[in-house]
Amino acid sequence: MTDLKYTIKDFKSENEVRWCPGCGDYAIMNAVQRTMAGMGIPREKFAVISGIGCSSRFPYYMSTFGFHTIHGRAAAVASGVKAANPDLSVWVITGDGDAMAIGGNHFIHLIRRNMDLNLVLFNNRIYGLTKGQYSPTSDRGVKTKTSPFGTVEDPFVPGQLVIGARGTFFARSIDSNIKLSQEVFDGAAKHKGTSVVEVLQNCVIFNNGIHNAITDPNHRADRQLILEHGKPMLFGEENEKGIIFEKGKLKVAKVGENGVTTDDVLVHDANEPDPTIHMALINMQLPDFPVAFGVIRSVSAPVYDVEMAAQIKTVQQTRKIKNVDELLNSGNTWEVTTENGSTGKDCPKFEFK
Amino acid sequence: MKDAKVIELDEVAIRFSGDSGDGMQLTGTLFSDATALLGNDISTFPDYPSEIRAPQGTVGGVSGFQVQFGQKQINTPGDYAHVLIAMNPAAVKANAKFMKPGGTIIYDSDAFNEKNLNKANFKTDDPFAECNLDDYFKIPVPISSLTKEGLKDFGLDNKSVLRSKNMFALGLVCWMFNRPLDYIEEFIKNKFAKKPVVVESNVKVLHDGYNYGMNMQHMTPSYLVNPANIEKGTYRNINGNHATAWGLLAAAEKSGLELFLGSYPITPATDILSALSERKDLGVKTFQAEDEIAGITSAIGASFAGDLAVTTTSGPGLALKSEAIGLAVMAELPLVIVNVQRGGPSTGLPTKTEQSDLMQALYGRNGESPVVVLAASTPSDCFWYAFKAAKIALERMVPVLLLTDGFLGNGSEPWRIPKMSELPSITPRVAKDAGSFQAYKRDSENLAREWAFPGMAGFEHRIGGLEKNETGTVSHDPDNHQKNTEIREEKVERVVDMVPDLETCGDDEGDVLVVAWGGTYGHMISTVRELRKEGKNVSLAHFNYIKPLPKNTADVFSKFKKIIVCELNLGQFASYLRDKMPQFEYHQYNKVKGLPFTVNELKQSVYKLLED
Repeated sequence: MTDLKYTIKDFKSENEVRWCPGCGDYAIMNAVQRTMAGMGIPREKFAVISGIGCSSRFPYYMSTFGFHTIHGRAAAVASGVKAANPDLSVWVITGDGDAMAIGGNHFIHLIRRNMDLNLVLFNNRIYGLTKGQYSPTSDRGVKTKTSPFGTVEDPFVPGQLVIGARGTFFARSIDSNIKLSQEVFDGAAKHKGTSVVEVLQNCVIFNNGIHNAITDPNHRADRQLILEHGKPMLFGEENEKGIIFEKGKLKVAKVGENGVTTDDVLVHDANEPDPTIHMALINMQLPDFPVAFGVIRSVSAPVYDVEMAAQIKTVQQTRKIKNVDELLNSGNTWEVTTENGSTGKDCPKFEFK
Repeated sequence: MKDAKVIELDEVAIRFSGDSGDGMQLTGTLFSDATALLGNDISTFPDYPSEIRAPQGTVGGVSGFQVQFGQKQINTPGDYAHVLIAMNPAAVKANAKFMKPGGTIIYDSDAFNEKNLNKANFKTDDPFAECNLDDYFKIPVPISSLTKEGLKDFGLDNKSVLRSKNMFALGLVCWMFNRPLDYIEEFIKNKFAKKPVVVESNVKVLHDGYNYGMNMQHMTPSYLVNPANIEKGTYRNINGNHATAWGLLAAAEKSGLELFLGSYPITPATDILSALSERKDLGVKTFQAEDEIAGITSAIGASFAGDLAVTTTSGPGLALKSEAIGLAVMAELPLVIVNVQRGGPSTGLPTKTEQSDLMQALYGRNGESPVVVLAASTPSDCFWYAFKAAKIALERMVPVLLLTDGFLGNGSEPWRIPKMSELPSITPRVAKDAGSFQAYKRDSENLAREWAFPGMAGFEHRIGGLEKNETGTVSHDPDNHQKNTEIREEKVERVVDMVPDLETCGDDEGDVLVVAWGGTYGHMISTVRELRKEGKNVSLAHFNYIKPLPKNTADVFSKFKKIIVCELNLGQFASYLRDKMPQFEYHQYNKVKGLPFTVNELKQSVYKLLED
């Protein structure tokens, strides 16, 4: 399978891409296509399943098998696809409205089951396709068309739901950082189980600049912590800052100040089953902390579709019933050998006789 | 040897009744199975409350199981019971109205104390008089104390002892109806294989009950019901939910596809999910979803990926699945949706039967959203209509909605086991030529598109809920939408070439045509047979195909002076027929009590029509 030589072009469809000019979705799709081209999997084995929203137009722009389903249900449809054919590489494309609001139930249960799917969550913290209503990831107080005086509710942090649902893989990226996105998509594709990748995406029309505080090139080094497994959690222009663990909490410290040395800086262990530090990393927010990116959590656990297939195989090894004829004749049966005029349910005549 | 008090009957109905914790469903089922094994035709009707354990001793907590069996064809569980087994006073109160005049009531006299009489809201200490059951043959049996006495050496606690009293009643009834105990013993041994003391105690009590009947024969009548004359073959007992599950398995085998079931537990449909969960040996993939919506959408995903995909539910669940059914209509994927109807609306009467989801099945979605609608008519023919639903879905790339109901799903009857070789073939419309494949290119005859799923190289395509043109590209073109809307409707209508002509039972023409559909068949055919025996010019047209209707329907209707549509709702099928064939006048007989029809009430409604 490694001799498949695909390029990004092999994953683009003939359909005209109709996202708004400047939309962050273009870059995310670019990274997904680059990732797929490098996976060494035949193109017909990819299935891209989406729900409803701007991001969910995604399958139409791909040359793979694709299914643009209904609002919130992509995770459930994709679960059926994977259960039917575990051999496929199944990708779920969804947004903060699709996955966190109407599809919240499917989102958490997909993660709980650990079905081997890759879920890309486009988080622009707004409803774009319906033209600018607040979403479950919009900040408290934000003013939108449906919250003209500001919202009175707190947002979900997607990663918290992933951890709460016993997630085995969570990564975060930014639409504009194609290199990082490609790295985490690659990690997601290789992970066995449900991989959730939250991509901070900019909606140029209804929520332009929502992630600017994080993505601003002038402050990027101070405000982004790009995690790598096995590497110390350092950031800043000169990597002069690090995350340390103090009194049961994460804390930002300057290396060389207050007796803090590089040895005190936490080393990222994405494979640690205990989710405590992963949760703390997910929760880091401006201005006290940088925002964590990269693969935050990647641990192994039983995978639903693998277990489902294995259970069938195990049962079949010792099965007594091998086909439907044997099933129908199993258990209590009896013979009627004499026919004396009166027949069974004789009217209307039974169709298949 | 039994003494002279033997009553020979063509058919007899027995009702087991007690607290919902008394094990009456098991008692009734075991008796029915033992009876079917003896060669009687049977029909059963479990009638139980929705609470698992309603307050003990109250009328609301009474659980009943009625079985009718006989030496002739049995189509219903019987309007009224000849024999009632009542484990407490509440059971008498709840079932008085289901007793045949002059019938026999066997009751646990230990349970007829002041406390239980109060719980059942009796005002005097004579519950039988209060229920107008004076003229019935009543047999008091101290079932509780005899059970205790029989188990005194087993070292069991009081609660465990009393749990076996249903076996005493069962043993007694087996003696009365001349049923051997070996099948029941075998069942107990298998069920409690790991608990020898439970096996021994239950078998002991079962025999105690049987022997009690024999010893007390001076006061206990015994009945003789000879085996029925039925068609040659191998038989088994089956209920509608199992038959549905097995019909789907048969379709998977015939079509060469793997079976996927996405479902969420709901009364009274859950047994289909559990019956298929047991069949890992046949490779079934069952997915107990997080909700009804995930049940159907996972099935749609499995269908997209090439499985025979099914979702099962009951009324409220069907409502939740509506939007997703629309997706399957738009995506034109094969999908079987089984709705085991129950009393509605909302939570309604979860454990009771009704036919009130017909309109929901036909129209309950946004947009013009046609699906094929079938209805099974007996517990065993759920097998055939589940099979047929899958055949239509796979050969015509269309969602098919199969309506059964609680009465069929839980009711059982003997079934001549078909051979797989007798069933018709199923040829899924799997695409073959990648070069000419287009997502919505259709067969010119039946208008079905082709099915290509992930993994098939060269067939990569995109589908979805948005309107498309023939190539599968999203299209908002007004003319394209009009055309496709009409095509989707016409595609369903053309399934009529897979629908057999409507057959009348009785004559091809006459005074009254009784029209019905689905699970009421047994009561309808019994009614029409009895009326014809009385010399009435009445025939039956019973529908299994609702959409599309059989193509000779109007022809059949036109030969009768009067048409009466009988259904367990306020007239949904009648309205549908009025819409499709307004040239006829449709009289109606409707019932929405959560109960099946009785033959008696149906006869009355026809008499009235004949007189008018």
